[in-house]
Amino acid sequence: MALRLRPKHAAEKAGRKAAPLAAAPATSATIVKRATIAILVDNEPGVLARVVGLFSGRGYNIESLTVAEVNKRDNLSRITIVTSGTAMIIEQIKAQLSRLVPVHTVRDLTAEGPHVPRELALIKVSASGEKRIESLRLADIFRARVVDATTESFVFELTGSTEKLDSFINLMEPLGLVDVSRTGVVAISRGAERF
Amino acid sequence: MAASEMLGAEMVIKALVDQGVEVVFGYPGGAVLPIYDALFKQNRLRHILVRHEQGAVHAAEGYARSTGKVGAVLVTSGPGATNAVTGLTDALMDSVPLVCLTGQVPTHLIGNDAFQEADTTGITRPCTKHNYLVKDVNELAHTMHEAFYVARTGRPGPVVVDLPKDVLMATGTYREPDEQAHRRYQPQTKPDPARIAAAAELIVNARKPILYGGGGLINSGPKACKLFVELVQLTGFPCTLTLMGLGALPASDPRFLGLVGMHGTYEANLAMHDCDVMINVGARFDDRVTGKVSAFSPGSKKVHIDIDPSSINKNIRVDVPVIGDAAAALEALLAQLRARRFKPDKAHLAKWWKEIDGWKARQSLRYEKSDTVIKPQYAIERLYALTRGSKPVYITTEVGQHQMWAAQLFKFDAPMHWMTSGGLGTMGYGLPAALGVQVAHPEALVIDIAGEASILMNIQEMSTIAQYSLPVKAFIINNQYMGMVRQWQELMHGARYSESYTAALPDFVKLAEAFGAKGLRATKPEEVDDVITAMLAHDGAVIADIAVDPTENCFPMIPSGAAHNEILLGPKDKAAAPASEEGMVLV
Repeated sequence: MALRLRPKHAAEKAGRKAAPLAAAPATSATIVKRATIAILVDNEPGVLARVVGLFSGRGYNIESLTVAEVNKRDNLSRITIVTSGTAMIIEQIKAQLSRLVPVHTVRDLTAEGPHVPRELALIKVSASGEKRIESLRLADIFRARVVDATTESFVFELTGSTEKLDSFINLMEPLGLVDVSRTGVVAISRGAERF
Repeated sequence: MAASEMLGAEMVIKALVDQGVEVVFGYPGGAVLPIYDALFKQNRLRHILVRHEQGAVHAAEGYARSTGKVGAVLVTSGPGATNAVTGLTDALMDSVPLVCLTGQVPTHLIGNDAFQEADTTGITRPCTKHNYLVKDVNELAHTMHEAFYVARTGRPGPVVVDLPKDVLMATGTYREPDEQAHRRYQPQTKPDPARIAAAAELIVNARKPILYGGGGLINSGPKACKLFVELVQLTGFPCTLTLMGLGALPASDPRFLGLVGMHGTYEANLAMHDCDVMINVGARFDDRVTGKVSAFSPGSKKVHIDIDPSSINKNIRVDVPVIGDAAAALEALLAQLRARRFKPDKAHLAKWWKEIDGWKARQSLRYEKSDTVIKPQYAIERLYALTRGSKPVYITTEVGQHQMWAAQLFKFDAPMHWMTSGGLGTMGYGLPAALGVQVAHPEALVIDIAGEASILMNIQEMSTIAQYSLPVKAFIINNQYMGMVRQWQELMHGARYSESYTAALPDFVKLAEAFGAKGLRATKPEEVDDVITAMLAHDGAVIADIAVDPTENCFPMIPSGAAHNEILLGPKDKAAAPASEEGMVLV
């Protein structure tokens, strides 16, 4: 008795080996996008572990994460996470975050419209001669501040978008870059609207 | 506002009583001695002493799922808590409301690797809906109440409250339960009317519809199941149920197509594949149901009613998501359909039913009968036939082939009478769960349809069953193999039966006797009825060892990585279906 139905997807099966991923058109199901997500949480022990554990446990990506208390009276902290994934994954991330008990609000700043993302970096450069002067000149162009100086080093403080920080750090590389410390992105929506 | 001073341990007991808990399943130890002392001094709360903490959690799951109440568990620190982890994960996967109280070393020793210390909140964070570590006795009562509120609200789940010993021994102020105090957790239960209207629109215009119900119906409660039955009656649509949803629609209803998914019926799976409108109520498009996601019901518009927004669009993209409680959503949907004076399109529906009846005629649950060897399906069919009586029957199962045969062949006409480990697939679930069900329903007939391998994972609970004289019946479908492992090895690993045969099984009759229970055995088909009759006639616990055909496989089967219409109906199909590379990596 041949009880099994022939699969309707035989053609698809046969075609898979010949033409792998290249044939698949880029759709919203396959395009990976970056998203900046802001989360308002109760400032209580373990809350950050819950959020981070959710990302690692479910295999989501964290590009950067920042957290600090923002409202002492109501005991609230704000977490900003830059993540990436397909539209379906980003939707899942928001839904999964929302169902954590200490989470009050989850906002996808990237999807919701214009917002201001900012990052701060401390960049240590050790150089002498022309390189030292060049690093100072570039810092001036980028509006970086010198927050520490010795005869053979500078520490620059730079605020801006991730891209701006990246390009400044790249420029410092050949000039004697020693150390970088970055905060990760914090972000806020434009306009008068409350979070 | 009643507030009174008492010990932390006394608060724990008072909070449990105030939350309506009557029974707590537990096991004492150093860190929870103050609670056990407080337990000793009262008589409102009954404690069931299990033999292993995993058993306590499964028993509480059985209790919760057969009553609709929150199950309560009490275990000690360290190994007590880690032993509970499997049960907690099981409850999380199957959305069972539990509160598990764990002892903890005193706060000043936390982090010092103290005796029987474990990072319980750390370990249980990913396997609970939420957890708490109580560091201040004045927070204890509020935390306990919130734990119960979180466990039962929204999509239910297990909640752990970790209780350091010094907090239990400190004196503080008790606060009465106050629902208003938990405003930070407010899951959406009322559906969006616009989405309900969109769902109604799809129903009205459906030509080949199917209703697909899941555990969310059972969890929502009897009202949701009643409304679901009304929806089936109003529309006349064919209906299938998931493993967790069995009983939400009476199995005797002519519109019930049987179980859906990997071991579901041919007609249920083909109807899911070929439908044009799918109404999912309280199911989560689990991989056991969908099979190959890219080939899942390719031509249908899908409505998904779920209380958990994270279930929406997780595995399958749907057209009309409805977030809310199943009862509230069904009520709104029925009102909407009635307001539109909905009448099913008889002509199209008749055509669709004709197609379904053609699939039904294949009799996908049929098996080769035998006069010489007991077929496992036969044993379960006879068990079903001989338990039709006045007594309510509750069935629990372990995990494996016997579980699938029970789901296929035992018919449930009411919700909350079927307890099985669906999401996690926990071998060893059935016996302790049956114990918990029997504690909740002392007069009912409670049967654990078991496999011989699974039941050995928590066989120690026979001792608990003996202690409380619980008349639990363990009906072991004994094929000497881990049957489902053996089946997969046969179908996908060239019949190399690596470590799936148990060479030294105990004599289950003697084992029953050692635990003070009655032991019975059937080795020939003609003995099955007598053994079942003797099992039912005995008013105490019974282990019935049914020696079945060791080589029988469970069909129908959708091989992993295959689509619904690639379902195998019997042993003769298997040669024609080598598993795909993609399927081989799936479980």
